Amino acid sequence: MTPEELQGIILGLDSELSLREASSVLMIKVPASSLMKIMVSLKEDPRFAFDQLQYHTALDWPAEDRIECLYHFCSTQFHHELMISVSLPRTNPVLPSVSHLWPIAEWQEREVYDMFGVIYENHPDLRRILLDDDWKGFPLRKDYKDEFMLERPW
Amino acid sequence: MSTPSISQDIMTNLGNSPGISLALFLGGLIGAVAFMAIAGLILIYAERKICAHFQCRLGPMRVGWHGILQSVADTIKLLMKEDIVPYAADKFMHALAPIVALAAALMTLIAIPMSAKITLADSNIGVLYISAISGIGVLGILLGGWSSNNKWSMLGAMRAGAQIISYELSATLSILAIVMLSGSLKISTIIQSQEAGWWIWRAPVVGLVAFLSFLISSTAEVNRTPFDLAEGESELAAGFHTEYSGMRFAFFFLAEYLNLFIVSALGATLFLGGWMPFHLGEWTMFNQIMDLIPQSIWFLGKTSFMIFVSMWFRWTFPRLRVDQLMKLEWKVLLPIGFVNLLLCAFMTLFGFYFFSTTTRGF
Amino acid sequence: MVKTLEDRINPSSTNDSVLSTQEYFVNMGPQHPSTHGVLRLVLKLDGETVREVIPVLGYIHRGMEKKAETIGYRQQIHLTDRLDYLCSVMNNWVSAEVVEKAAKIESNERIQTIRTIVAELQRIQSHLLWWGVFGMDLGAFTPFLYGFRDREKITKIFEDTIGARLTMNYIQPGGLMYDIHPDFVKDVKSFLTYIKPLFAEYDGLVTGNIIIQERLRNVGIMDAKTAIALGTTGPVLRASGVAHDLRKIKPYGVYSKVDFAIPIGTVGDCWDRYAVRMLEMRESVKIVEQLIDNVPEGKHLTMKAGAKIRPPAGVYYEEMETARGIFGVMINSDGTEKPSRVYYRTPNFHNIWSITKISPGGRIGDLVAIMSSLDIVVPDMDR
Repeated sequence: MTPEELQGIILGLDSELSLREASSVLMIKVPASSLMKIMVSLKEDPRFAFDQLQYHTALDWPAEDRIECLYHFCSTQFHHELMISVSLPRTNPVLPSVSHLWPIAEWQEREVYDMFGVIYENHPDLRRILLDDDWKGFPLRKDYKDEFMLERPW
Repeated sequence: MSTPSISQDIMTNLGNSPGISLALFLGGLIGAVAFMAIAGLILIYAERKICAHFQCRLGPMRVGWHGILQSVADTIKLLMKEDIVPYAADKFMHALAPIVALAAALMTLIAIPMSAKITLADSNIGVLYISAISGIGVLGILLGGWSSNNKWSMLGAMRAGAQIISYELSATLSILAIVMLSGSLKISTIIQSQEAGWWIWRAPVVGLVAFLSFLISSTAEVNRTPFDLAEGESELAAGFHTEYSGMRFAFFFLAEYLNLFIVSALGATLFLGGWMPFHLGEWTMFNQIMDLIPQSIWFLGKTSFMIFVSMWFRWTFPRLRVDQLMKLEWKVLLPIGFVNLLLCAFMTLFGFYFFSTTTRGF
Repeated sequence: MVKTLEDRINPSSTNDSVLSTQEYFVNMGPQHPSTHGVLRLVLKLDGETVREVIPVLGYIHRGMEKKAETIGYRQQIHLTDRLDYLCSVMNNWVSAEVVEKAAKIESNERIQTIRTIVAELQRIQSHLLWWGVFGMDLGAFTPFLYGFRDREKITKIFEDTIGARLTMNYIQPGGLMYDIHPDFVKDVKSFLTYIKPLFAEYDGLVTGNIIIQERLRNVGIMDAKTAIALGTTGPVLRASGVAHDLRKIKPYGVYSKVDFAIPIGTVGDCWDRYAVRMLEMRESVKIVEQLIDNVPEGKHLTMKAGAKIRPPAGVYYEEMETARGIFGVMINSDGTEKPSRVYYRTPNFHNIWSITKISPGGRIGDLVAIMSSLDIVVPDMDR
């Protein structure tokens, strides 16, 4: 399906969805409350057939006090792609886990937890993946500081 | 009437006193140990050069002319290394394991004759003695793996133990075929029986099958690729001798190469005639031309050929998984060995082999 | 809810036979000859059988994504060299292409053709190294030397043109770092004539060997649905029967103008993964053959070297097919010269997870064969 067709169908799934501007791939903004419903329909609807979760990561917007989690889906059958964006409050970011739909999400979600501090509900094995188990802090947040960091002199 | 060995020659000339026999005994022992050390050094150098040429490179080239002194340099390096013993290892067993492995190799080597006159221990049960003593080598491996207090070493030792015990059966069955054909366990008699021709071609199919079975089983006996999962470098990071360094590792290393020499020498002795030149039945002219080459040269040539084939295997084939290895032994080699033995019995009884009616009687 | 590694490692005993046995944990530690890098695998073993595999990452985590935020769009390309260092040109291409698309920098035919040729040569080089290490892991030590000897010829070509042997940093936004060497076309053509008969020789040495076939057939089977669900891409996915190759689906470079096939496997075992890569090498040779004679004329850089790059604000994503899978770069630009976020979607991070699902039930020898057939490079995982 072309991105326009996809956009038309998906925006019709729920009234609270909207298009996220400024993205090279079609990106839809989803509120955290209706995330699971949308995810299940993306996986199971035969028109979409999004069987591969290409990646899952996050962006930190400290000025707007939110963490924006991104999901990028693609379909090995129809070769179309879609991105989903979910915004969470920076102080207590909680998301439901989608690892029962796309098993690779188990590791991708561990990485987002490790780097940004997003907690996933119903995750089978939520622990740090790239850093030590007892590391303090979440490095990819913009306000992260530790004693190893150096300031550039210019 | 067998040819008198060197020590018997000396005793007939110098008299039969206890002092002379003690001196001869010690001399023989020292000669055997010196031979083993030199053989080990030469084999290590040969392995490195052959491996290099198979891999389209040159190998040791700098230490001496074309790297001849490389083994000497390696020995000096190993002697100077620090001897590391793991903290929680069983100290006595850890020290004992390489000694057992080397002792087994040494004890087996003295039973194989190099020529009609150079024989150290020619007992009536030569073949049985060799089979039995080479089984002690497994004890060294198991001790080494267990005493290192390392799960990977133990895994390697367990695999090696199972492998060696299983393959001893096939090796023994193929040796039995030759024992049956020559009618004796004494090694000098077996070699004498090949005066009319070597058993590998003299016994029509049985000799070749027994030889191939012996080749495979003996490669497994000495833990060489394709059966080297006891020390499989990519899986176990050196297996049972991971925790050994310095001189103790040198003992294991030397024991491995001596074992290679032993099984090659045994294969050459039983199937290719040992020091017996290449004779064709009763064709005296041809036989006398072949006799011009000294016997020890025949023996060393045949052993070197077997060693070369073994090294060729090592640098060409990947290794088998442990269950495939066991399957190969128990489901393939063992039944073939039994059938071979049965055919060999018929052959011996009715004389269905070449030159079965020679003046020697076998 | 949040756990540590110690919570996962709890020995348990099984009473399923007359003799009760206990499973034990072994560490296939960060330093190990066959984990292709600093990857730690905690194995739960029952005798020789693997019951569970827990990969522990992070031994070479260098914080590349955080670093890319401070050094700018042009310099982060040299970081991608160090991700999957065997496909460094392809990684460079992705990072450069995403910046080009974001900042609307144009490219020309010559640049795209040379990029394609160099990428395919790098694919051949990467697969040759994989083949050598594969043989070594299984115990055949000789293919390692043969693979490196042939790989050396490509490395020499790269050294003449690019200046580096491993970390290339060649493809820049707007073109190439240097124009190709005058002898480039001649050297590549002589390499192609040299390598083609060697494929048959290598088939005789390794592919036709019964021991290799016995160790690889029906080991680590992943059917198509499992492979897609486990997030694998690249030759691993194609070996399971899924025809997913970005060079055909979303052609980039000049791939739409050349004629080549995609090898697809059937069963999805280690043998299929091996065969798919061997056939891919031959296809890459075909691609280079079609392109090397007709490299168009033109400039090698379409923008002034060192000009400032300021993409408009937004999220951009570009992905390509490297030798190990799909490598993608996502940048979130805020309008300045430094990106606000760079995310590297690395193929090895996603491929390695399948090992936790396909190796339990096999033996340690199978685990080594599976890891080797997945063709992982560890710095790619940890970034």
